[in-house]
Amino acid sequence: MTVEELTKQLNLTCMGGKKGLGKEVTGVYIGDLLSLVMARSKEGDLWLTVQGHINTLAVAALVNMPAILLVEGILPTDEMIQKAEEEAIVLLTTHKTAYEMACALNKWL
Amino acid sequence: MTLCFTVDGNDFLRAGEASAVVKRTLKQLGLESSLVRKIAIAMYEAEMNMVLHANGGNIKVTLSDTYLTIQMMDTGPGIKDIDLAMQEGYSTANQKIRELGFGAGMGLPNMKRYSDELKIKTVVGVGTEVLLGFKL
Ligand SMILES: Nc1ncnc2c1ncn2[C@@H]1O[C@H](COP(=O)(O)OP(=O)(O)OP(=O)(O)O)[C@@H](O)[C@H]1O
Ligand SMILES: [Mg+2]
Repeated sequence: MTVEELTKQLNLTCMGGKKGLGKEVTGVYIGDLLSLVMARSKEGDLWLTVQGHINTLAVAALVNMPAILLVEGILPTDEMIQKAEEEAIVLLTTHKTAYEMACALNKWL
Repeated sequence: MTLCFTVDGNDFLRAGEASAVVKRTLKQLGLESSLVRKIAIAMYEAEMNMVLHANGGNIKVTLSDTYLTIQMMDTGPGIKDIDLAMQEGYSTANQKIRELGFGAGMGLPNMKRYSDELKIKTVVGVGTEVLLGFKL
């Protein structure tokens, strides 16, 4: 499923990186510790986290993740939004928890 | 081919840029995507360690037809007990860094896991030199 389709189906807000909306999402990874994310996540994963800063985006770019979903109403910093544009990684937000989003994602992936 | 970078220890926002440049360069050279990903992760961990624990440093990347070497030098505090530092979960990161998601104590284990060669020379009070090697 593409990032764009998921964004619509799950009613997510897109805050940046729209150029990447056509990328495929093949899995999900949930976590807030960057080194663990680098160890365990897979290419193509949608990353659910509460880390709304630029270093998160740098990690997503390094490990080839198509999109980051900030949960629980966390908003990205301006630097993060700018970097999302540069890297074409979609930056999404929701007020729901990671658990609620994971349950919803399970239906689509 | 040789690439050199200076890593600023105070610029948290730009931390990781050297790794991003190397990743882009290797991709352009046509290296396999999974190999580029491994190299990028290991180098990013080492680069972040220089920023977070050693106030920056210098990086030299040397590429031949068959091997890639990344040499990272800093003049930070050094590592007292390497065996301990290599353990998953060991970290001396402060609260401020941890709030940003660093400090899982997985950086050095990741560097070992994703590289073909990891050598660390360190002297307390003098600095640390990390060498990462990858078969291409
Ligand atoms: N270049 C360095 N100079 C001084 N100390 C270092 C250096 N690199 C690592 N260390 C020490 O080794 C510890 C373990 O490093 P490691 O990268 O595994 O974890 P971390 O950086 O604390 O957390 P993480 O990498 O998961 O965000 C660090 O907490 C720090 O005490
Ligand atoms: Mg580290």
